[in-house]
Amino acid sequence: MADIPANQATLTTADGVPLKTKLRQTQRRMKMRALGLVLPLLAFIAVTFIWPIGLMVYRGVDNPVFSEVMPNTNAALARWDTQADEIPPEDIVAIVARDLAQARRDKTMGRVATRMNYDLPGSRSLITSSARKLAKIEGDVVWTEEMVKIDKRWGERKTWMAMRLASERYTMAFYMAALDRTFDEDGNITMQPEERQIYVTLFLRTVWVSLLITVLCILLAYPISYLMATLPLRTSNLLMVMVLLPFWTSLLVRTTSWIVLLQKQGVLNDILVFIGVFSDEGRIRMIYNMTGTVIAMTHILLPFMVLPLYSVMKTISPSYVRAARSLGATPARAFWKIYFPQSVPGIGAGSILVFILAVGYYITPALVGGESGQLISNFIAFHMQKSLNWSLAAALGGILLGGVLALYWIYNKLVGIDNMKMG
Amino acid sequence: MADSNEPIVRFINVQKSYDGEILVVKNLNLDIARGEFLTMLGPSGSGKTTCLMMLAGFEPATNGDITLNGKPINNVPPHKRGIGMVFQNYALFPHMTVAENLSFPLEVRRMGKDEIESRVTRALEMVRLPEMAGRRPGQLSGGQQQRVAVARALVFDPDLVLMDEPLGALDKNPREEMQYEIKHIHESLGVSVVYVTHDQSEALTMSNRIAVFNDGIVQQLSTPDALYERPENAFVAQFIGENNRLMGTVKEVNGESCTIEVDGGGAVIALAVNIAGKGERTTLSLRPERVTINPPEGSVPNVFEGTVEELIYLGDHIRARVNVCGHDDFIVKVPNASGHAALKEKTKVKVGWEFEDCRALDA
Repeated sequence: MADIPANQATLTTADGVPLKTKLRQTQRRMKMRALGLVLPLLAFIAVTFIWPIGLMVYRGVDNPVFSEVMPNTNAALARWDTQADEIPPEDIVAIVARDLAQARRDKTMGRVATRMNYDLPGSRSLITSSARKLAKIEGDVVWTEEMVKIDKRWGERKTWMAMRLASERYTMAFYMAALDRTFDEDGNITMQPEERQIYVTLFLRTVWVSLLITVLCILLAYPISYLMATLPLRTSNLLMVMVLLPFWTSLLVRTTSWIVLLQKQGVLNDILVFIGVFSDEGRIRMIYNMTGTVIAMTHILLPFMVLPLYSVMKTISPSYVRAARSLGATPARAFWKIYFPQSVPGIGAGSILVFILAVGYYITPALVGGESGQLISNFIAFHMQKSLNWSLAAALGGILLGGVLALYWIYNKLVGIDNMKMG
Repeated sequence: MADSNEPIVRFINVQKSYDGEILVVKNLNLDIARGEFLTMLGPSGSGKTTCLMMLAGFEPATNGDITLNGKPINNVPPHKRGIGMVFQNYALFPHMTVAENLSFPLEVRRMGKDEIESRVTRALEMVRLPEMAGRRPGQLSGGQQQRVAVARALVFDPDLVLMDEPLGALDKNPREEMQYEIKHIHESLGVSVVYVTHDQSEALTMSNRIAVFNDGIVQQLSTPDALYERPENAFVAQFIGENNRLMGTVKEVNGESCTIEVDGGGAVIALAVNIAGKGERTTLSLRPERVTINPPEGSVPNVFEGTVEELIYLGDHIRARVNVCGHDDFIVKVPNASGHAALKEKTKVKVGWEFEDCRALDA
């Protein structure tokens, strides 16, 4: 003990190396070993998760068509003083016209036409036919006149404004579109025309439905989890199997079996007619609408609420409630003041799981949602598979991701993520 | 308040079965006096905790009555019994601070804010933790948690406090400290305590009376000294303290003494406590500290020769394992006093004892 130096800062090991350096060396070796163990997983996640998500978010703002097909257009249109001139001056129009003609000769016109059509519906034929005709013109002409002659829409500011926006290398147009917004003739952000406003409503509907499903899952899962955590092992194992059995069944089978149960000529309607709740003509519609989506998704997501709740409740000793009762609390008070607060971390974990899964759920709404039961993911899929507007799909996905992260952040602020327990 | 001579708790012919096949508690009759510290002591599965749970109201009695202050409480739910309880794992509410834990029973009783505050302060001072009011149970040591649990069980002034192996999870030092502390709290408050433990030294340290449970039956109910010095059957003798057992057959009964033919050979004169009669089997019980090494000639009636098999040095005394009367697990405690007998392993030695110290019990 006597040879401990007075100054703690100069502590050294027996062979004279400063203690802190030595400690860091030892710990670094352990850290490297730990890193080596997680490296395969890290690489896997980077390649299959982070990289694609980054790519998707990037695709939402990426706008390569014009710069690849009509390389001079963007720079030219950028010079257009939109305050002063109603439409671009002749020199700019000339560059655009030559680009269009060149694109026609390169047979890459279709991409430009498609791209323009996103921003200005109906402009596909304008681009293709104009390009075809422009490609035939030779020698010096006044391009503005020629173009207006081909189609009088080239004399409109709206057309040029749309092209100017569409030609930008990076664009917010897809994110704007995903929020039902667009640029007007003067380049300001405005709402889409009423009949084209669908995404904000959809986002709100998706969040609302997900919240509803989460609440329903809590209400349904709480009692069963409580039973599973408190009943003797044999009974609780049986309950566990009953929870897990549907979990192991194919998602498609479960969803379609709801169709069998809920359709107008289905089991549930038959029973209700049979016991006389309503007449044969009064059969109610419970599927191919929002009701179907909510019922089927609640059922499918229920295990994700039950399992974390159960594992948290399993750790709550029955002696807490007993102690509360011995201290004079009624059963209801003992439950509400003592048991329930301790089960909140389970509710939190389950809610986050269910909500995040519900927000992005695709297959069940697609099968049983009909028209009114579609969620945002169905539209993302639509743009991926049918309209092939991947950029809009990416923007919708990006907003969904951002929204979920924001909700997670709010949750962390309100409840605290440390309060979440998976078991 | 009921008459102070009346027992605070009475178990009357109480039986308990969980599965309808086995009786966990067989016909329990037990009176607990007001202000008494009564310990239920027994091995696990002996029915002691079940009795406590029936008293607290968490388990219904299958048959019989339990009265509290003279009133039957079989149909009174736990929260209306007004019994304080301390649990084995403390059962402090982890999401509440110490002060909130203590005020819980008071809030339930709709006491005023000031009253609650002063009672909580007083309770914390009683267990010497006044500065811990704002902490959460998780931030306290095991001993501190246990003290808070005791304070919580007492803060609403119950007549009766139940303690279910409250010190089982503590290390040796805080456990002994808490034993004295609980004993002192009991003495100063005059509250009745029913204490459940399987630790006999804990029971001996703290109790006014001890009920030794085995196999659903109270084997003996007496004060700690009587229990140790005058066990009434072989189980109690074996369970409380260290004990030499010699098996044998009753040869002759002579008033309060009797002669026993020990299985390994030799006749022992013993105190007839609990024997069936002449010719019946019996267990002799003899405390190791009551055996004398090389007693003076004629001073004690029982003297036998044996071989020292093993010596263990324990500081204040030396344990000698001696082979006597065909029993090679006969223990003698030799006090490490000046001039104590110098023993050597594998040597012959004489051991002797008084006949009152050797109790002939049931087989």
